[in-house]
Amino acid sequence: MEIIMSVAIGFLFMAAVYLMLSKSLIRIIIGTGLLSHGAHLLLLTMGGLGGNSPPVVAEGVSVSDYADPLPQALILTAIVISFAVTSFFLVLAYRSYQELGTDNMDLLRGTEDYE
Amino acid sequence: MSFVFLIFLPLLAALFIPLLFKKVGKIHTGWFVLIVPVILFIYYASLLPTTIAGGNLVSEFQWIPSLDIAFVAYIDGLSLLFTLLITGIGALVVLYSIFYLDKHREQLHNFYVYLLMFMTAMLGIVQSDHLITLYLFWELTSISSFLLIGYWYTRDRSRFGALKSMMITVFGGLMMLGGFVLLSIMGNTYSIRELIPQAPQLATHDFFIWALVLVLLGAFTKSAQFPFYIWLPDAMEAPTPVSAYLHSATMVKAGLYLVARLTPVFAISGTWMWLVAGVGLFTMFWGSFFALKQKDLKGILAFSTVSQLGLIMSLLGASAAGYHIDNIAETTFKYAGFAAIFHLINHAVFKGSLFMIAGIIDHETGTRDIRKLGGLMSLMPISFTVAMIGAFSMAGLPPFGGFLSKEMFLTAMLSLTEFDLFSMDVWGVLFPIVAWLGSVFTFIYSFYFVFHTFAGEHKPDQLPKPAHEAPIGMLISPVFLALLVIVIFFIPNIVGDWLVKPAVMAIQPFLYSSPGEVDVHVSAWHGFNTELFMTLGIFAVGGLMFWTLHKWQRSYDRFPDSVSLNALYDNLMFLSDTGANRFSKLYMTGFIRSYLVYMFSFVVIIVLGTLFLTEAFAYDVTNLAPIGFYEIVILIALIGSTLTILFSKSRLTAIIALGAVGYSVALFFVIFRAPDLALTQLVIETISVALFLLAFYHLPQISRKEERMRFRLGNAVIALGVGVTMTLVALSAHSQKFLPSISEFYKETVYSEAGGGNIVNVILVDYRGFDTLFEIAVLGIAGIGIITMIKLRLTKKEGQHENK
Repeated sequence: MEIIMSVAIGFLFMAAVYLMLSKSLIRIIIGTGLLSHGAHLLLLTMGGLGGNSPPVVAEGVSVSDYADPLPQALILTAIVISFAVTSFFLVLAYRSYQELGTDNMDLLRGTEDYE
Repeated sequence: MSFVFLIFLPLLAALFIPLLFKKVGKIHTGWFVLIVPVILFIYYASLLPTTIAGGNLVSEFQWIPSLDIAFVAYIDGLSLLFTLLITGIGALVVLYSIFYLDKHREQLHNFYVYLLMFMTAMLGIVQSDHLITLYLFWELTSISSFLLIGYWYTRDRSRFGALKSMMITVFGGLMMLGGFVLLSIMGNTYSIRELIPQAPQLATHDFFIWALVLVLLGAFTKSAQFPFYIWLPDAMEAPTPVSAYLHSATMVKAGLYLVARLTPVFAISGTWMWLVAGVGLFTMFWGSFFALKQKDLKGILAFSTVSQLGLIMSLLGASAAGYHIDNIAETTFKYAGFAAIFHLINHAVFKGSLFMIAGIIDHETGTRDIRKLGGLMSLMPISFTVAMIGAFSMAGLPPFGGFLSKEMFLTAMLSLTEFDLFSMDVWGVLFPIVAWLGSVFTFIYSFYFVFHTFAGEHKPDQLPKPAHEAPIGMLISPVFLALLVIVIFFIPNIVGDWLVKPAVMAIQPFLYSSPGEVDVHVSAWHGFNTELFMTLGIFAVGGLMFWTLHKWQRSYDRFPDSVSLNALYDNLMFLSDTGANRFSKLYMTGFIRSYLVYMFSFVVIIVLGTLFLTEAFAYDVTNLAPIGFYEIVILIALIGSTLTILFSKSRLTAIIALGAVGYSVALFFVIFRAPDLALTQLVIETISVALFLLAFYHLPQISRKEERMRFRLGNAVIALGVGVTMTLVALSAHSQKFLPSISEFYKETVYSEAGGGNIVNVILVDYRGFDTLFEIAVLGIAGIGIITMIKLRLTKKEGQHENK
């Protein structure tokens, strides 16, 4: 399963990077969203996908049976932060489109005589 | 007493200067500053008996013990002499500056803060025994010199001169640091005192010659030796007290100090002797020769300083001969070291007074152009007397201190012809000849300085201000220095015993075990010998050439400006400036995509490179989780929706597909037994999609018209690279686990230590509570940013740019 997941993660990263390199602002934002999904799955896979029960202390479950809690804790933090970043990006895109009238990154590179 | 802290006294005092300047405006800030060097001078003078007896004092203060870096103040004859010069001349210069700088018009707080900073730096250089702190203080003098030269920062020439001095001296400083590091590698210590006894072993080391050249580069740039001297004339844009203090009496002598201090380490080498003596002597000639080209009073003094520094440098080089001579007391080689230190004192005294006179003339007539000056003798009699004493001492006339050291200089140079090592027996004869020529020009420019300013025809119509004598306060310092010049002539042996011999002992510790063994007796008259005839020759030829100066001075204009060292510096600066600009424009395109491409390419190269170079790549098929039916279904959904995003032409489809990816991830969390994650992901994904749809109304349609095929292909290659890299990283990370996971600890202690059942929750709020705290902070900051962007608007005013 981990092998398949690794390939899927690579695929997610590939799609994310491809989208982030395009010129359209909204595609870049979608790309960052995909990137965080890929990162979350990567964290989960690196810890190992084994474990027969969720990491909640229960009667009659031995310590080795719990799924690895550490990646889960990290991912939980990461999910919230990626949400914050995505929403910030979205509003930034909305405002800059409203002010500047374009979402083409090439036209958003500042004035010609920037120094 | 731990006098190492006294080094920082000026810096400490500098903290109060801005306050005093703002609050006590009635009293010139200089009066407060004056206290510092006076106190220091008195304290350090009280240490004189120790060094006269040949002793030394050490005071230490740990700075970075883990790196073995400490402030070690080491006081022996050499450092005490420099310390007294720094504080003594410092006090006189501050006194002079009180009358030179107007308390209403000038930014005195800046000036005195820089000056005090410099004082600390300079004391640090001459007292540091530790090479790294020496370097630290060395660069601090470059920085304070930069600030002081650029003190009148609205003038172009000031800024240019400041930058030039900084570029050259900091370049030298960095080279010197390299030399220090090599020294410490060879000797396994940063302490100069510990390096000196190892000198014979160091000389056989491979790095020795490199260390020598690098250290000399530092010394030569700082002491304005050929070809690095070009910064000094431009540094004359500084206020005159600064020129008198930094650029003649103290900072430029730091290079001499370094050479003197490290002579015991390097002097065994013939390269050292040739480089120090040769470059010094050539600089002496070059400086004196071009001093006559100058039209600016301070320009003349700048070149004269270059020349005199060269003279002292050559004497220090010649003193290295003492290491190869048995029974030095019976030869003339003993004079070089003594003459170097003796002339260093003389030069500080007479050049200080000359600079102050140049400042007075500038102050009272409004110009320093020697062509406009003349006939000031009757108007400024005291200034004239001081200038004459200083200049005659510089020219080497009796009865002034300079005469004595000049004679000894000639003796030392003559002694080199008798030296039979390092091909000196063939080329040594050049030394007295060049020295003599340099002395002739020194004689001429000294007279040029005095008589073209004070004698001749007075031209009141060319002066911006009517000339008159300076106020009495401004004259105190130069008159005092001029008196010293005469006093030194009459009591040279007291100066010798108190200051010079202890310092000579520090330069030649292998030869003398106490200052009393330095068997040099200074006398004005020592019979009819070669030196005397050389001196008479200097007076005769110099006098004659000065008499006919107006006939041949114009020939200096034939030297083209375009092939000078200054032009070389200007071109180098221009080329590096435009070159760097062009180069950075090459990759700083302003397109965000370019930057992302750099980043992703480097991630791929570095990660893949590390994976394969360190053989970290591993592929392990044991210990895998089983593949289930549901997993495959979700996986297909995930990949399908990702593909939909990639190929969709409508933003609505893309957003919904992104939501589908998020929900698939949430389902993965369910399957892989992460209920908390699944819940959070579901909630967040729902809100995200809602947000996207909200913003969607205001956002433009996805358009890919402007993206050409090549562009997309390039993106695809990079994207594929990143994807493959991540897959390999994931595989390797999964396949090898070198360290036991901390998870086991969490699992075992979650109930006993933290009293919670949900391990993930406990980790977040207890074990790693700060993570969560900062996560909330990030969320808060993003929220503030969002509100700001939506709610706040810059009010556009008429004629005002929004983005400025």
